[in-house]
Amino acid sequence: MSVHTDAGRRRIEELLQEHEGRVLKRWLEIAVSSTSNQVDRGGLADQLRELYQSLRQSFGSSGDLSDLRGLLAELSRDRARQGFTPTETAVVVFGLKEALYETVEEDGSPDALRGFIWFSRVIDDLGLFTVESYATAREKIIIDQAEQLLELSTPVVKLWDGIVAVPLVGTLDSARTQVVMEKLLQTLVDTGSEHAVIDITGVPAVDTEVAQHLLKTVVAARLMGAECVISGIRPQIAHTIVTLGIEFGDIVTKATLADALAHTLRASGVRVVKGGESRIAVRTVEA
Amino acid sequence: MTTAEELPINVNGDVVLVRQRVRTVAVNVGLSLVDQTKVVTAASELARNALVYAGGGQVRVEVVHNGVRQGLRMTFSDNGPGIPDIEQALTDGWTTGNGLGLGLSGSRRLVDEFALESTPGEGTLITVTKWAR
Repeated sequence: MSVHTDAGRRRIEELLQEHEGRVLKRWLEIAVSSTSNQVDRGGLADQLRELYQSLRQSFGSSGDLSDLRGLLAELSRDRARQGFTPTETAVVVFGLKEALYETVEEDGSPDALRGFIWFSRVIDDLGLFTVESYATAREKIIIDQAEQLLELSTPVVKLWDGIVAVPLVGTLDSARTQVVMEKLLQTLVDTGSEHAVIDITGVPAVDTEVAQHLLKTVVAARLMGAECVISGIRPQIAHTIVTLGIEFGDIVTKATLADALAHTLRASGVRVVKGGESRIAVRTVEA
Repeated sequence: MTTAEELPINVNGDVVLVRQRVRTVAVNVGLSLVDQTKVVTAASELARNALVYAGGGQVRVEVVHNGVRQGLRMTFSDNGPGIPDIEQALTDGWTTGNGLGLGLSGSRRLVDEFALESTPGEGTLITVTKWAR
């Protein structure tokens, strides 16, 4: 049995060598036709040639596939980034089977056919490996994006001297609240602000977890000597909060960010006066 | 025509998915904006309970009919430790974790129908329904 397999294997290696040009050309055709994406034909041809060489080398060196796996991982990463589907990525590898089969059929010897079964199993393994690397690459991209989003989605803006605001948008989970809280407290220190507005207009639902996170943030800011106002409480959110039974205690809440700004300006002693020429003049009330 | 779907609750992100799905169904059923927000919040509470206290579970979201009225029904099930004292669990401010203790009792107020079955050691089944007005 093993004598047969070895003979088959040798025959495949010979065929791969003798018909390199033809198999490669056919492989490239299959790989190009399997995708609807625009592909760089020259680049793909180079990649396939490299894979082909590496495959032949690994057959020569008693089946060490680590180099080849490295190349395949690279291919999967590239394709994942360029937005190819997992199928389109794996078909590139599986395409080699079809490309070689035509040559094997022509050869027709029992050794070649037996060898093809073995070859087919090797390619299947490599194909699965490609899909796995593709999935890993995708996951990495998603994790990176989530981290970037976390950074992006929590700006602390200055509204006035001594007044900062955090416009919250989207889902407020523990990880994000942590980031928001840290950023807000740091900004309070850096700018010497005494007032902060947390705007939740962009938060779709306030459940007990979100409320608890908000309350903690407010208490933390208070410990640092800053007063917090929560704004952007829409009617349906107010309704839900009351029904849930959440108490905001003595925390000031406002319907809109404008109301909150007016409140904090008043609290910090700034009076907004409408000027004669509908110009807005601001003066500070003397203590 | 009854549409139903099962959603898993195994990680934090699943709670967000459940919320989004429930919101879509709530809009289709014709719930008012206030009722949409209420039912979404209840979904969020109950899904998180399943995740935090039972280590995961699943929810079945379906559209139900009562004559011409349409409603949204959610069935949360888990195989967690169960609730030994249901009356206590439904008391405002009671919690075995570190939350506010309003999730379960608040959810009951957010929906029209609320049923809780629990067997200690086997799991919990919570069925809630919100009817369109």
